[in-house]
Amino acid sequence: MSNDQTPRISIRNISKRFGEKVILEDVSLDIMPGTSTTVIGMSGTGKSVLIKCVLGLLKPDSGEIFVDGENWLELSEDEHLDRMRRVGMLFQGAALFDSLSVWENVAFALLERGEERTTAREKAAEVLEWVGLPGIEALMPAELSGGMSKRVGLARAICHKPDIVFLDEPTTGLDPIMSDVINRLIVNLHKTSGTTIMAITHDMKSAAMISDNIGMLCHGQMHRQITPDQLDSDQDPMLRQFVEGRAEGPINCSVWGKQIEEAVK
Amino acid sequence: MNMLQKIGMISEQFLAQLGLYAITLGKTSKRILSSPRYPRLILAQAEEVGVQSLPVVLLTALFTGMVLALQSYIVFHRFAAESMIGVVVSLSMVRELGPVLVGLMVAGRVGASFAAELGTMRVSEQIDALWTLSTDPMRYLIMPRVIAAIVMMPLLVVISDFIGIYGGYAISVFMLDQNPAVYLEKTTQFMELKDFYSGLVKAGFFGMLIGVIGCTEGFNCKGGAEGVGRATTRAVVISCMSILVSDYFLTAWMFG
Repeated sequence: MSNDQTPRISIRNISKRFGEKVILEDVSLDIMPGTSTTVIGMSGTGKSVLIKCVLGLLKPDSGEIFVDGENWLELSEDEHLDRMRRVGMLFQGAALFDSLSVWENVAFALLERGEERTTAREKAAEVLEWVGLPGIEALMPAELSGGMSKRVGLARAICHKPDIVFLDEPTTGLDPIMSDVINRLIVNLHKTSGTTIMAITHDMKSAAMISDNIGMLCHGQMHRQITPDQLDSDQDPMLRQFVEGRAEGPINCSVWGKQIEEAVK
Repeated sequence: MNMLQKIGMISEQFLAQLGLYAITLGKTSKRILSSPRYPRLILAQAEEVGVQSLPVVLLTALFTGMVLALQSYIVFHRFAAESMIGVVVSLSMVRELGPVLVGLMVAGRVGASFAAELGTMRVSEQIDALWTLSTDPMRYLIMPRVIAAIVMMPLLVVISDFIGIYGGYAISVFMLDQNPAVYLEKTTQFMELKDFYSGLVKAGFFGMLIGVIGCTEGFNCKGGAEGVGRATTRAVVISCMSILVSDYFLTAWMFG
């Protein structure tokens, strides 16, 4: 089915609006097998919506999403659920199940596939050790710190050895040291398993560290696609403004931006 | 916005909500017919709906039976017809008050809990996480709750009927000095099997309403903590209203 020339994920001309508000407009992006692609952009530019469209959590108004050549938008609900076996997802807030222990969270996909509880627990313990959290299997999510939750979320995303891992703001809300730990884990995962990764973030350090390719989403459109090396050299005004974190610039054309600018003046 | 527009908008919202409940019911029914059925989750929910609701249900039934006996005595005493207290208490409990009061109690306790739990899972992306872990959220979260509510409601009503009748018995015999044998004889004499069954049918139907409405409100909840609060309130209010309205139609259908 797939070969090196066929993108693992091919997003073609996706548009999505909520009521009158256009979130995504004609967005296209190809992600090759075994590569790590990060979509960057300001909050509210539709990064999460894009990833949710790929996962089938939201239905785009138009466009196509191919995974290994199969159009996922044409799948039935059951078929889509079946394809989710190949996918792992780290949510921004980790989204751990409150009623389950840490190991049950991590091994959830394995347990759902009928794996023996003892074997599943052993595998969960192995992955937890890999993310640097040995011995916390019996804890409940409420007993974990933000950084620990994120790492447990990552462990859950990869425990069933998916082909594709989606990362929604993997370092948001974490201290710099914990962000670095998470970034290193992602790089390690990418290098050791060759997993295809699609991440979204507005953390430039994270984007530079974990990506092979970077796409910038701006005003609902895929504005620019670059490699991490070009982050510092590319002279596109919007990209420069975003990377340098300046309030002034072309991205400020939104009403919100103008209001802030006027308030500062 | 003129009056007609307002009416149109309200009607549209009402029908959309009704459609949402119908979709949940349809999808849940479809999933009940195929595996996996998650028996462990159904049992856990049955414990939550049934066992955990017992104290509230018992207390409500006991005092309802007691009040019925007391009120009936006041009226029947004028006509020297105190022996009929048992009939009033038992028929009222079995036909109407048992299922309706248990339904309202369970809607308040369990319907709210369903909506709050699923609503929190929705806003914290746990429902999305289930999907990405190749697990059907509707099958995993809604189906066990709806089954538990449908199965446990009739059981709660059976217990509530007995406790309510006993409450009436206790007041009649120990407080109003009525003959216990007469109370029990009249209780059974006027009651038909249909009275008992009709109560159970109502209970199962109310259970379905509580499960579907509570789960739908939580599952489709939007807007963070405020949204969860709104979903919880709506679940309780709509469940209670639906129980009272559908009780009339069920009674008209079964006894009309």
